[in-house]
Amino acid sequence: MAKVIVVTSGKGGVGKTTSTAALGAALAQRGEKTVVVDFDVGLRNLDLVMGAERRVVYDLINVVQGDAKLNQALIRDKRLETLHLLPASQTRDKDNLTAEGVEMVIDELRKSFDWIICDSPAGIERGATLAMRHADTAVVVTNPEVSSVRDSDRIIGLLDAKTKKAENGERMEKHLLLTRYDPNRAERGDMLKVDDVLEILSIPLLGIIPESMDVLRASNLGAPVTLNDAACAPALAYRDAARRLAGEQVPMTIPGERRGFMNKLFGRRAA
Amino acid sequence: MTKTIAKTLTDTRPIRLKGRSFLALVLSPELPFTNWLERLDDLAARSTGFFLGRPIVLDLEGLDITQADLKELLGELGERGVRVMGLEGARGSLIGANMPPLMKGGRPAGDIEPEPNPAPTAEAAAAAPAQEKKPEPRVEPQRQASSIVITEPVRSGQSIIFPEGDVTILGSVASGAEIVAGGSIHIYGTLRGRALAGSVGNASARIFCRKLEAELLAIDGLYKMPDDMDPNHRGQPVVVWLEGDTIKAEKLA
Repeated sequence: MAKVIVVTSGKGGVGKTTSTAALGAALAQRGEKTVVVDFDVGLRNLDLVMGAERRVVYDLINVVQGDAKLNQALIRDKRLETLHLLPASQTRDKDNLTAEGVEMVIDELRKSFDWIICDSPAGIERGATLAMRHADTAVVVTNPEVSSVRDSDRIIGLLDAKTKKAENGERMEKHLLLTRYDPNRAERGDMLKVDDVLEILSIPLLGIIPESMDVLRASNLGAPVTLNDAACAPALAYRDAARRLAGEQVPMTIPGERRGFMNKLFGRRAA
Repeated sequence: MTKTIAKTLTDTRPIRLKGRSFLALVLSPELPFTNWLERLDDLAARSTGFFLGRPIVLDLEGLDITQADLKELLGELGERGVRVMGLEGARGSLIGANMPPLMKGGRPAGDIEPEPNPAPTAEAAAAAPAQEKKPEPRVEPQRQASSIVITEPVRSGQSIIFPEGDVTILGSVASGAEIVAGGSIHIYGTLRGRALAGSVGNASARIFCRKLEAELLAIDGLYKMPDDMDPNHRGQPVVVWLEGDTIKAEKLA
């Protein structure tokens, strides 16, 4: 059965689009038919991260308004035939998204895909609420710092109030994806620790993505980090997160934990 | 020539703002007003003084009227001794400068049937609480729910407002969330947001939390900010109460 996932955060710049692309590619690599949908109308980025910016003809707004068929707007990835992109419009704004139109598109996508991953815009306004409205599961992307955590908390509140599932009295499944985690800074106390974030947000942890140049490099090359260099640390972390999303039991590793252990050894020897 | 005089406040006591809820009668006028006023006169004739001295809220929902119409209606009601304290369901543009303010967030409390015979005296009508007018026995819903339990964490941006009594939270209250209770507040988690207890004038209300990281604490309209709090209480299980005009806090054992 198709599963609709919203990747959301409240705050901007925490890694929603990167995570959408990476999780989407990782799920598609499992052989499951996946579509990533850009809801950031007017500020679209997902096409760039997916390396499909020159292949956009029709977009989500065209489909919502009935100007194009869904199949005309969907872009199949050149690297992975199970991976698809439904781009946002760059020339329109979020007022062009209607609740009925979005519902129609999601319902149609459910018929032909296993995973529908919606990349939410930042903020708590129309674009963000429409992106989360029809989701079955939410991936809350959070950086280990106070403003991102508070914004995520706000978004979790909205997920429990403004979604179709919430209105039907059901519980929306929510997962925390901690991104840009820097073990060195966490060690020094410049960053919130994993436990602190989990204590504040109290939702299950889907994965911890280490801060890495590999992420930026992949984005600049127009490839999801899980496709660009499958062996780098963030790619491995995203792939584990995707497996957990698919219901597999994968042990959680906190980046830098082994290094912390080595540091302790080192420190002890020096003392 | 004008001279500006710098005012210095000698009395720096904080202004106390409190929330209170009252039971008001809501009148829903219908168009055409002349017809509706006739029926109102008929009702008033049958139960003399029913409206006398009662706070009345005018429900204008769905009425297509102009500001002039509303002004005229308010005048007509004034002549009949109906004191309108607020307007409900009206567009902001409809309300003129000297009109009663717009009221929001009203909650239903059952229809009220004025007793036709014998007509109550004006005094009795003003003194008796409206619920007693109901002839059939009725369980009072407000009495039933004198406390609520929230089983989820309260997220940033959410407010739990419960003027009827105590609020218990089985979880944390996030930064940017607020709890407003008529009675005491019990938090079995970390209080990072705001907690306002005794909001309807209950000085004996208290705030309990397992871990104090609050952004604001208030009891009966008196409040305390994090900077005024004892740093030793930070992150501790704490009870907060009111002694005279000071907010006291103590670590829970």
